[in-house]
Amino acid sequence: MSEEQPHSPWQEDIFNVLKQGKIRQVAYVPDAGHAHVIRRVHADPDMRGIVLTTEEEGVAIASGAWLGGDRSALLMQSSGVGNCINMMSLLQSCRFPFLSLVTMRGEYAEFNPWQVPMSKATQGSMELMGITVLRAERADEVEDIVSAALDAAFEGGEQVAVLLSQSLIGRKKWIRN
Amino acid sequence: MTLRDTTTATINRRDFVKELLAQSPDALVVTGLGSPTYDVFAAGDRDKNFYLWGAMGGAALIGLGLALAQPEKQVVVVTGDGEQLMGIGGLATIGAQQPKNLTIVVLDNGHFGETGMQRSHTSLGTSFAAVARACGIANAFEVHEAKDVAQVTENIHQRAGVTFVQVFVKADDLPRALPSRDGVYVKNRFRQELGFAPL
Repeated sequence: MSEEQPHSPWQEDIFNVLKQGKIRQVAYVPDAGHAHVIRRVHADPDMRGIVLTTEEEGVAIASGAWLGGDRSALLMQSSGVGNCINMMSLLQSCRFPFLSLVTMRGEYAEFNPWQVPMSKATQGSMELMGITVLRAERADEVEDIVSAALDAAFEGGEQVAVLLSQSLIGRKKWIRN
Repeated sequence: MTLRDTTTATINRRDFVKELLAQSPDALVVTGLGSPTYDVFAAGDRDKNFYLWGAMGGAALIGLGLALAQPEKQVVVVTGDGEQLMGIGGLATIGAQQPKNLTIVVLDNGHFGETGMQRSHTSLGTSFAAVARACGIANAFEVHEAKDVAQVTENIHQRAGVTFVQVFVKADDLPRALPSRDGVYVKNRFRQELGFAPL
């Protein structure tokens, strides 16, 4: 089913890293850049896709999952990072492992200026909350960087986010032909 | 604006929580910031308790992640109206997941007790159990009498469907009972109880 949908190889790479990394709960606020992974997660009987109403819910879910022995990941776009800030205190106060993949908006051929302010603050605001921020710019480095982040989180107990550059996802078509 | 008369509530929150936990010795418990954390600790410290001292709005969702990870265990969230109001959208997220082993108990005094007893939305018009039902949590009900704790524990034990309980408690300002504020300690203790080693 998911194979029929168009996607980029790096998106399948992300799913494979999560799957091999034994991620069971995948919480998300959707983004086009995450759509393939979300489809794959929902189709996988060993994984649980959890759609959120707002991104900070995913921070709490990740913490509960770890309490119960599950690894989880939070997928969101850059605008959602701001919604998470206070809830990220939970990660620091309890030193919960945390992995988030963030698709960037507002930085490359952005049509919508309303995406830009939070985009500019995405990396800095997460770092202020004690989260290690990695960034993938090229398709051929996504797999390696996401895999490194996953290990840092669940082997090293860190809180890590990977920013997926808007240039990976490409220009958004605003006019439907 | 419809003001709820909160002076008619009869349930003592400490007694209710004590009875709830006495009847649910196997339950994994997550407590919401503020008085619910004190209520649960006052009932007796347990390694199966995860106390929140922050993360307002997150208690029920921590419960969701835990319930999905441990489907064979009873998971109970004990929180307050203010804490759950901040995470009200989370009820829709939980409704979409339908974790059979999760029970959310909101101790509702209609006020923000920790900050000077300002009225909260649940005494200003929001019907919490109705909100939960509208979010797909079909088994959502109100408790007005202390004896009905048995109805809550029965749901906890059955693990037959996600449950939301709005307990109308007196708006008392009770003495604080303070559990450990060391989140790393409480986390590791909780995980060890489930057989998980620290990193």
